[in-house]
Amino acid sequence: MASAAKKLLMDPFFDNNPVTVQVLGICSALAVTVKVDTAIVMTLALTAVVALSNFVISLLRNVIPSGIRMIVEMAVIATLVIIADQLLQAFLFDISKQLSVFVGLIITNCIVMGRAEAFALQNPPKDSFLDGLGSGLGYGIVLITVASIREILGFGKWFGITLPFGENFTGNGLALLAPGAFIILGLLIWLQRTITKKVEE
Amino acid sequence: MREETKTITFAAIICITCSLLLSGTAAGLKSRQEANKAFDVKRNIVKAFGVSIGEMKRLEIEATFEKHVSEETADGLPLYTWTDDGAKRPSKYAFPISGKGLWSTLYGYLALNADLETIAGISFYKHGETPGLGAEIEKDWFLSQFAGKRLYANGKSTGFTITKPGSPLNDSTVDGISGATLTGKGVEALLRKDAEQYANYFNHIKGN
Repeated sequence: MASAAKKLLMDPFFDNNPVTVQVLGICSALAVTVKVDTAIVMTLALTAVVALSNFVISLLRNVIPSGIRMIVEMAVIATLVIIADQLLQAFLFDISKQLSVFVGLIITNCIVMGRAEAFALQNPPKDSFLDGLGSGLGYGIVLITVASIREILGFGKWFGITLPFGENFTGNGLALLAPGAFIILGLLIWLQRTITKKVEE
Repeated sequence: MREETKTITFAAIICITCSLLLSGTAAGLKSRQEANKAFDVKRNIVKAFGVSIGEMKRLEIEATFEKHVSEETADGLPLYTWTDDGAKRPSKYAFPISGKGLWSTLYGYLALNADLETIAGISFYKHGETPGLGAEIEKDWFLSQFAGKRLYANGKSTGFTITKPGSPLNDSTVDGISGATLTGKGVEALLRKDAEQYANYFNHIKGN
């Protein structure tokens, strides 16, 4: 893979992670990370939406009238999100029930609009698609990490498989609640910023 | 072309394309989604009857529903009955329950034992409560508390109560959910309302 394309795809994984560095998409990162399976489906849904919306908006970038630019972006994103939600309801009904409103809320996830505004409007479709793919997966890595920690601490399971902690294992209730996710996410951000030595200006 | 005309044309094209895509998707997937919802209702009725459905496959649950459950009406209200293998008379009765939680309307089923006073089981299948807090109402730890509790005593509603977690319990109270007091209040209110609604009918069939 060409190094420019690789950079687009890989940068959001760590160095410029949308959740831990840009601190976007926190709401859903707290809400859907109780179990690993919901986190993975959410990741796939968001990645598909942000990659395709970046692609479509980049295709349209030279013809969108400037006066209605954001509304057009919103329309494209909303359409893609509703399609993703409909597909989940048809094919992954149980998981779509657990994700409840949060699939619909991808529309307001700052990562999607943020990448459209910051990247897709200035760059060609192929690069925009890769950028969307990278951003979605970068978001997903954090989601899955948080979900793994919460599921292990809270249920003594990982991806639905019971871990060998013995019969006396008592789940940590805090890990299952939103504040627990907040603490875990905070620790992850701390860890990353210690490694990269990035300081907020 | 003038700037405004261009903008309006562009907006119109986007709107039409998006609506065609959306109505196409919705129409194409509708039958599948309806089937999923219909199955979800059956599954929750079976669950309310106290069947442990954790490991059961979709077909097994459908088969259980077909075999044991029949749909009736109780003075114009919907009612489901459970008949054991080979039995003539139903041994459990279930009815739909619904009411407002904190953010949303909660929908579920509640089943009574043959005495028509104690609860056999309960399930919730649709709500929009906060995941991790109010949404715990659909979890087994919460629902399993209801089995054996009294919804009616001597033909009258007991005024079922959801208490603060850790409070002393009696035979018509269960522990609420920490951090979801208002969802608990909603469950309490809907149980009382629906208990009143069905009280006459159950008293009537008990008389026979």
